[in-house]
Amino acid sequence: MFKLISQRLALGFLTLFAASVLIFSGTEVLPGDLATAILQNNATPENLAVLREQLGLDRPAAVRYVEWLDNTVHGDLGKSLANDWDVAEEVGPRLKNTLFLASYAAVIAVPLAVFLGIMAAIRQGTLFDRFINGFTLLTISVPEYFLAYLLVKYLAVHHFWFPSLANVTEDTPFFSRLYLLFLPMLTLLLVTLAHMMRMTRASVLAIMSNPYIEMAYLKGLPKWKIVIHHALPNALAPIISVIVLNLAYLIVGVVVVETVFVYPGLGQLLVDSVSKHDVPVVQACGLIFASTFILLNLTADVLGILSNPRLRMPR
Amino acid sequence: MKLFGHKVPFTAQLGMVIIFINAFVAIFGPWISPFDPTDMVGDSWADADATYWLGLDNLGRDILSRMIDGARLSIGLALMITMLSFSIGIVTGFTAAVMGKWVDIILSRIVDLLLSLPTLIFAFVVLSVLGTDIPVLVVTLAVLDSTRVFRLARSVAVNINALDFVEAARLRGEGLWWIIRKEILPNAVPPLVAEFGLRFSFAFLFIAALSFLGIGVQPPDADWGSMVRDYRDMISLDGIQPLYPAGAIALLTIGINFVVDWILAVHSNSTTTEP
Repeated sequence: MFKLISQRLALGFLTLFAASVLIFSGTEVLPGDLATAILQNNATPENLAVLREQLGLDRPAAVRYVEWLDNTVHGDLGKSLANDWDVAEEVGPRLKNTLFLASYAAVIAVPLAVFLGIMAAIRQGTLFDRFINGFTLLTISVPEYFLAYLLVKYLAVHHFWFPSLANVTEDTPFFSRLYLLFLPMLTLLLVTLAHMMRMTRASVLAIMSNPYIEMAYLKGLPKWKIVIHHALPNALAPIISVIVLNLAYLIVGVVVVETVFVYPGLGQLLVDSVSKHDVPVVQACGLIFASTFILLNLTADVLGILSNPRLRMPR
Repeated sequence: MKLFGHKVPFTAQLGMVIIFINAFVAIFGPWISPFDPTDMVGDSWADADATYWLGLDNLGRDILSRMIDGARLSIGLALMITMLSFSIGIVTGFTAAVMGKWVDIILSRIVDLLLSLPTLIFAFVVLSVLGTDIPVLVVTLAVLDSTRVFRLARSVAVNINALDFVEAARLRGEGLWWIIRKEILPNAVPPLVAEFGLRFSFAFLFIAALSFLGIGVQPPDADWGSMVRDYRDMISLDGIQPLYPAGAIALLTIGINFVVDWILAVHSNSTTTEP
């Protein structure tokens, strides 16, 4: 088991490293560089040469990459091109906000999805099952902002139940934060719930056709007991992997939701920086999002191995 | 209703109707549009009435005409992205499967790496450097999306490549391009068609999301995503305007999913029942 897990870990860190190269070189191999991005229309050859020297762009890319990576892992993310602020200071509180929103949604979505998925599997073919299936099919294919604006229109504007903007500050207390973030959380919940729930249902039902399940029926166990004790443990690996995949999606999906609710998170910063061609900020945010994504996928792999006794105890 | 000898369920019929209407509007937009989409015909945010069915927008332009005009850009761009990404993905995927050895290893590793990053984030990095002109958008999204097509095309082609008739073609001395085009492609069509629908709806949602975020289609051009962005302030004034373009995006995606579900179900049934 340790060999398998350490292999996965090594692979994960290799991917992380490769991702950082990709994000760095994304701005290198493409036509146009940092200097042309900053100068835009004022890019005369002389201006470009001066700025390239200032930014150190005349040195080889490999040297700059090592420097960038070294600074990044030491917490120095460079300076923003738009306003000369320290990127790390800008990113810190926003990262906290984004993680708060994502975990808020995850804490509610994951147990609910697993519970509803199991319920739908137990009551397969009933009205409840079909309703849940139809409803989740709708929320799966609809864009986040459509759901978000629907929620705002009916829950924030028609009835003043929840605020339509999530303007939190550093010292907003915990519970009013939960209240302010209710609609963004609900949007993310609806988008991710469907996928996780359908996968839970499908994995449990796939196990239910096995002979040992039939044996359990024949010895007279009630259906919920069969599902919980016999089907669920074997369906755990695919369920875990789809949950983690959705958590990774949550981290990225917040970008749109943050824009809808004007929430000061990392996603909004990223979007603003892209339209301002603020490459250092985009690289920093991109690296944070990418590493979260990769680390979550790595976690899914490792948990998948741990949840499977056949992989846990190799011959 | 039956199509190609398969029963078409109600949801798939509904999906086809939705797709047909959207395609019709995108193709014949200028002829059915009641007003010029760039003409200011009245007050800003005027309510819907008998002349202006969906009301007027922030500059007093007819929303319905703008929606019809935006359909062309939204659907057209998504179609261009999907076709380009399929061309790249199928050619590289089939090549990897037929050539095997190091070509396969190198291409597969590159694709694995690109897939390990969230597409949206990588698109951001590229767009922040290259700007958001429409050709840049199309090529960037197509290349990123082709990784998924590559995976499917490769795995389908590996199976076909192991069959006798491909071996026979190779022994007769046919070249790589012939084998890909005449031996593998015709046999790989059904799974690729379903994938085309999925990739199209993904590209369609993706470009709309970028436009909504303000880094996709730029004014004066407008697709449905950027219309949602333009109208979003009205939602807090109890307006319904942003829900029109957003709803159009949602409706087309649902329609495509209905049809794709049906194709997938038909395909999985036919492969399990036929030996």
